[in-house]
Amino acid sequence: MNDMSVAAEQQALLDQFLVQNKLFFAPDPEIMENHRIEARSAVEEQLLSQPVDPHKVNEVRGLIIAALDESNTMIEQMGAAPGAKWGDMTTAIFTAAGDLSMIAPHGVGGFAAAVFYPIKFINKYWAHEPTVGVRDGDGFIHNDARYGGIHNTDQSMMMPVFWKGRLVCWLSATIHEGENGSCEPGGMPAAAESKFDEGLKMPPFRIVENFELKRDLVTFLQNSVRDPKLQLEDMKVRLHSVLRLRQRIIKVLEEHGEEALIITLRKHIEDVVVEVRRRIRELPDGTMRTISFADSTLRENVLLKLNMAITVKGERMIVDMRGTSPELLNRSINAAQASFKTMLFTGYMQNIWPDLPFTMAVFTPFEFIFDNNSLINGSFETPQAMSLIPLFKTMTIACIPMAKFNFSLPQRYTAIVAPQYDQPATLIYGGLTQHGEYVGNFCADINGMGQGGRGHRDGEHSVSPPFAAHCDLGEIELMEEDLPMVRLGAFTLARDRVGFGKMRSGLGYEQIHTFRRSGLWGFMTGCSGSLFSSAMPLFGGYASPTYPLCKIKGINIFDELKNNPEKFKFDVIELMNTQPFENAQYSTHNMGMTFELAQPGELYMMCQGAGGGYGDVLQREPAQVMQDIEEDLISPDTARDIYKVVFDERSRIVDVDATQQLRDDERRARMARGVPFDEFVKTWTTPEPPASLPFMGAWSDPSTVYGIQAGTRVTMPGSALQSQFMLNPKDVLIATLQAENEALKARLGASAG
Amino acid sequence: MKVLITENLRIDLERERWECRACSGDLIGARDNYKRGLLVYNRDPREIHKPLLDPQKYAITYAPNPDWCRILEYYCPHCGTMIETEYLPPGHPPVHDIELDIDALRLQWQGREEVREPTMLREPPRPHVHGPGVAHLEPIRGLPGARP
Repeated sequence: MNDMSVAAEQQALLDQFLVQNKLFFAPDPEIMENHRIEARSAVEEQLLSQPVDPHKVNEVRGLIIAALDESNTMIEQMGAAPGAKWGDMTTAIFTAAGDLSMIAPHGVGGFAAAVFYPIKFINKYWAHEPTVGVRDGDGFIHNDARYGGIHNTDQSMMMPVFWKGRLVCWLSATIHEGENGSCEPGGMPAAAESKFDEGLKMPPFRIVENFELKRDLVTFLQNSVRDPKLQLEDMKVRLHSVLRLRQRIIKVLEEHGEEALIITLRKHIEDVVVEVRRRIRELPDGTMRTISFADSTLRENVLLKLNMAITVKGERMIVDMRGTSPELLNRSINAAQASFKTMLFTGYMQNIWPDLPFTMAVFTPFEFIFDNNSLINGSFETPQAMSLIPLFKTMTIACIPMAKFNFSLPQRYTAIVAPQYDQPATLIYGGLTQHGEYVGNFCADINGMGQGGRGHRDGEHSVSPPFAAHCDLGEIELMEEDLPMVRLGAFTLARDRVGFGKMRSGLGYEQIHTFRRSGLWGFMTGCSGSLFSSAMPLFGGYASPTYPLCKIKGINIFDELKNNPEKFKFDVIELMNTQPFENAQYSTHNMGMTFELAQPGELYMMCQGAGGGYGDVLQREPAQVMQDIEEDLISPDTARDIYKVVFDERSRIVDVDATQQLRDDERRARMARGVPFDEFVKTWTTPEPPASLPFMGAWSDPSTVYGIQAGTRVTMPGSALQSQFMLNPKDVLIATLQAENEALKARLGASAG
Repeated sequence: MKVLITENLRIDLERERWECRACSGDLIGARDNYKRGLLVYNRDPREIHKPLLDPQKYAITYAPNPDWCRILEYYCPHCGTMIETEYLPPGHPPVHDIELDIDALRLQWQGREEVREPTMLREPPRPHVHGPGVAHLEPIRGLPGARP
């Protein structure tokens, strides 16, 4: 009776039972771990194995791009989400198999480059599921990054296009919505300790039938978020922009035929793959390595390592991320592997190959190696609401190794650029507005990072987010109409907070926030880089500085402005150093602040950041240093101390000979204080991280990874990472205070005795 | 034949040596870690990113925390040019950032003309250019359709 073998007929029955009774359609690793384009379908193979007319392809491509541009502009004009007003959205078109082919010319490509995952999920699971199906007129919604996405604030509408009864392509529209019912307002909760604190968690499901939103499901979603008006309006906006896009695609089908559309969509991505292989082939073979650190989980300061080695061998490019910090089971800063790849791709498109068509096919030749359960290959169970912490770094991290691969090339595709500022330095807000509405969202400042220095010129100031070059900063006045927030300092470039170098970085700007006319309002920030510099330099430049969150509490600034206007200065540093308001509390903090309620007129101040500097500061032209002073980007002290320029402070005339002398002296001083490398590492390198440093990630050998499990340092093999569980910071504080209390009691007892 | 590798480094393929681009000084064998041919200095980051807020009043001041972050400055031993910088926690092993396959590099450059100065892209003229404003007028190399 121990014979467990089953007959073929029984096995077939068993298999069918399992297919029909699948417990849960969780994210499918087969989809989520495959960033490559699919093999040609039979139709594509048949069409593309014949001669292709490149003029026809070009004509159809032009029509599609124009249609994408139009639908994207519709979102920008009609979207209610703050992000939609600044350009944080896109529309896109995919092959029938779900591969991203083209995006709107001004769209945020990362959104589309993540949406192919849920489309492939729909194709695989819902198309043949009797209770779901995929039909003409259907539209699917999705926001959970675990099924493909950057983070759960982004909501997508995905619509199949049928022609003569056959699925020919997919369309999508995505907006960064913000509010999604998470445990903190605004959809990016630093306080999320499990995925169930993240608010809406939509796997792809049908919400549109016969080209209309299903009102019962819409109501369910509205009922799950703080801002039901926003939820409804932008679902309509996404649907109607996709419908317009569909109209245009139908027109292409009518005028040029199904074959022309299928050939164009497929040829577009295949050509990209061929070109990327060629570009990899022309790079030198070898391995380039870099590391990057985030210094906060947004709940406590921890040094979290991203470890990257890129190897080029022939036409292979292998991205090895082993040795990166382990995932944190009760912190919201983990990212899924698919999100990581999407953001790394976005960084390549912004900084390395911006001339290529924006399609995920660019990464088809790439190979990836991860440790399982690492910060950027997080498991399904981890909260990922603030995945931006590692993902913003992901967008810039490849700048350094790729600069070292690209520098030798006889031909450039863009400038060699040091990393842009790589943290989301913006205020997230929530509460009751002056119009009596509950809202939660974030400020446009997330789009204002300073660029890194470039090989041929300085970086641009506060130019864009690292994920899209064309996103805007929005209009402060528009924001103040809708929200009780008032910006007392808006776009003043933060003097001396620069990535110094032969070519300096672009600067970030100061933000001085307050609010009035609300009895319930608060703020949070989700940003690392207050202890360890964030944007790394290139080729001997210096990094961005670190940035604090500054608060002035216990005052109402509007009373001060009315009664003592001369006391207020539009300058964070002057306000904090001179402390002009009596009885106010002045404090600085790291930039990871969970949501806290504020009082009207209190000040929350921060800076958008600078990028990394490029090259040796002593090679910067003295005239450029003087220009920096003239533009109030640096102080005269910085010109003298960092750039070693001698000049007359009143006229800003450079003493050329004295500057040469000072710089020669500094070079000699470097040679005098520098120690030969081999000798240096003998005293510098330690076998493990300092005991006082809460460090996560590999130290020397990538196969051994450090973690902090419930307050205790642990080591583990990279091949078997354990999810780390962090102590509640309030418990840690209570324990510290209790210990201090006991020590004081003991001292008092001893002195009394 | 010399191959540019970074703003400050190149490789002499015949001699298989790393060289400083500022002074042409010889550093170390091209198959070795170039950092072994340089001098290193452990810099307190507060000397570069100075505290802009009063350290007597505040713990976080715009300056990196020296217990968390140090700057390793790498200098050419011949001319003192700062070849590379590295931001690391105290005691963290320096990263072996460039490891090239020199044999493959030789083969690759057999069919290429030597590039002595890095290629720059032409940028469109702008109404205002920070600094001397000549970057976009520099000669172009290798860009299809570029004007002389």
